[in-house]
Amino acid sequence: MTIEKFSYDNKIVRNFAVATFIWGIVGMLVGLIAALQIPFPGLNMGEYVSFGRVRPVHTNAIIFAFVGNGIFMGLYYSLQRLCKARMFSDTLSKMHFWGWQSIIVLAAVTLLGGHTTGKEYAELEWPIDILITLVWVVFAVNMFGTIIKRRERHLYVAIWFYIATVITVAVLHIVNSIEIPVSLWKSYPVYAGVQDALVQWWYGHNAVAFFLTTPYLGLMYYFVPKAANRPVYSYRLSIIHFWALIFIYIWAGPHHLLYTALPDWAQSLGTVFSVMLIAPSWGGMINGLLTLRGAWDKVREDVVLKFMVVAITAYGMSTFEGPMLSLKSVNAISHFTDWTIAHVHIGGLGWNGMLTFGILYWLIPRLYQTKLHSSKMASFHFWIATLGILFYAIPMYWAGFTQYFMWQEFTADGVLKYPNFLETVTQIMPMYKLRAFGGALYLVGAISMVYNLVMTMKAGVLNENEATEAPALEKLTVEPAGHWHRWIERRPIQMLLIATVVILIGGLVEMIPTFMISSNIPTITVVKPYTPLELQGRDLYIRDGCYTCHSQMIRPFRHETERYGEYAKAGEFIYDHPFQWGSKRTGPDLLREGGKYPNLWHYHHMIDPTTMSPGSIMPAYDYLADNDLDTSSTGPKIRAMISLGVPYPKGYDQIANQDLMKQANEISADLKKNGAGIASNKELVAMIAYLQRLGTDIKANKTEVTN
Amino acid sequence: MFRQYLDKISGVEVYPMFSLMVFFAFFVGLIWYVAKANKAEMDIISKIPLNNDQPENL
Repeated sequence: MTIEKFSYDNKIVRNFAVATFIWGIVGMLVGLIAALQIPFPGLNMGEYVSFGRVRPVHTNAIIFAFVGNGIFMGLYYSLQRLCKARMFSDTLSKMHFWGWQSIIVLAAVTLLGGHTTGKEYAELEWPIDILITLVWVVFAVNMFGTIIKRRERHLYVAIWFYIATVITVAVLHIVNSIEIPVSLWKSYPVYAGVQDALVQWWYGHNAVAFFLTTPYLGLMYYFVPKAANRPVYSYRLSIIHFWALIFIYIWAGPHHLLYTALPDWAQSLGTVFSVMLIAPSWGGMINGLLTLRGAWDKVREDVVLKFMVVAITAYGMSTFEGPMLSLKSVNAISHFTDWTIAHVHIGGLGWNGMLTFGILYWLIPRLYQTKLHSSKMASFHFWIATLGILFYAIPMYWAGFTQYFMWQEFTADGVLKYPNFLETVTQIMPMYKLRAFGGALYLVGAISMVYNLVMTMKAGVLNENEATEAPALEKLTVEPAGHWHRWIERRPIQMLLIATVVILIGGLVEMIPTFMISSNIPTITVVKPYTPLELQGRDLYIRDGCYTCHSQMIRPFRHETERYGEYAKAGEFIYDHPFQWGSKRTGPDLLREGGKYPNLWHYHHMIDPTTMSPGSIMPAYDYLADNDLDTSSTGPKIRAMISLGVPYPKGYDQIANQDLMKQANEISADLKKNGAGIASNKELVAMIAYLQRLGTDIKANKTEVTN
Repeated sequence: MFRQYLDKISGVEVYPMFSLMVFFAFFVGLIWYVAKANKAEMDIISKIPLNNDQPENL
């Protein structure tokens, strides 16, 4: 047996660590700004920093920049040690690092610039989507290269989680990002309406599963045993945890679409699998917590373990809550309210945040061969972060319940008790302020961590290439008799293939029937494609992130049909590339907005919402009245829509702008007649055209629509 | 309300049963191999993260 000398690449781990805490601060700060913009709408400072654009920057920064870099930091550290090998290629590591950081910068700039696909957590436009794919391939090659040249025969369970992550994120990203480019920074998804919604939430749910959960479980299975200095509680349980989790998770996406126009069977499927998810999730939580059996005395002293215990507990809480939220009766309350916001932040602040902090406090002193600058300060961070989570979550739960019960309350006479949506928002304003306070506490803690870690780094010296040695892995000439799972535990490629099959089963079972329906989707004859002006207005609606506060999905509840009108039908959305159902109502639903108010109302409401609706917290969109509508894009947009099967007449792209101007002139003339002068070529006119169109196909139709 | 569209897919009846069988087989297989796993070897694998020459307590 020959002993080989080699070194671990610690520099790449350090780089990802620094990126993690820098982007963490940025993402949390942007989150705090968004949280403050709700109670203090004056903070919506113009086009580029209004809530609709800031919120996607926050979610993308936290998920892909903070947690993303956190994954790579922990993975590059643990993978090298679990494989007893240096990363496959330093060049690929560097390409991965700089590629990922440039994606983040491009994302921030384009999202604030209004270039968005309008699909949550997949907002980035097609050139960035391609870049993400390329960088992900670089990462995958680097990772598999390392696994293949390893000096440890067995693949430890953390590596399985990494493998599942790499393959599933690739599948999710590609399937959900299939889009037709219209211009360099504009595209339409090939899916429309119900199908787009199903694909989007299959993606959205599994982004939570395979970006925020499985890689972090891999990190948990490595760093918790390291920090506690004892092996994981049950390795058998970890095997069940892994396979059951990746098998079940992928099916649960439709629970984001309960009571919507999604087919009923798909909703039920989502519910059943979500409930089953409790088992593997809690198996994993118990496995993580019991790893500390006999070491609980250490938890009292070791701040790293404190962070990890809270992280694993938060994982347990949100994976219990998730299945509960998938029950239709519970979901009726949580969907569109702040309950969902509370739920995701238990996961984000608790599970991802606290585990990241714990790993950083463990890792940085080791990379720099020194002690942590101040454990007292780290302890302060732990307590203020925990307090921050409570101050964030409790008001949001309160707000969610309060608002729902106000929405659905009827008087004895059978009319809505709070017919004005705004009343239900002003009621929970104190909760929004408290939430921002909780977020601020959490941010202060994170800033103290950055200071603490930077001081630690200054005091030590980075061990860039950590020298080590291990026996070379000898080729097995005779396969030892053993269990077949031992066989797969030694074969990363086979593991990759089997994991792929396992995750594809759930995805296919869900999607095949929905796509088969597409051939006979219930076309409602009165539903017509958007006019060119409405299409342009719709793209402005997407650009400014209106969907972050307004849903276009009326659920079949009496209080919703009473408040908003006829409930949503699947056939209404067949020309919606992308769908705009939304996921949160900070403002009212807009599905049947068309014709509710005159053009003049919308004109004033967009320029200054408080004039029409005193106390409104909607940002002012006065710049729409100043900006000229870009009509040069009309032709390409119509062409793209035709290629997606939207039935515009042949050659309509050539003459679409004539119809556009005709409709714009009509609206402008109507406004003028009522005393508001605006040129017909302004963006505001297109926006009004779109808002006035919403839901009118069904509204105007007096005969009953079934589908 | 979607049942009528689903019904148009030929052979859709086997779909739920097929899904259930796949699911059932998957978990039976999973439990079976975990139950048969070799305890001693599992212990060795579970110690992989702890086997390196790094100073443990800083």
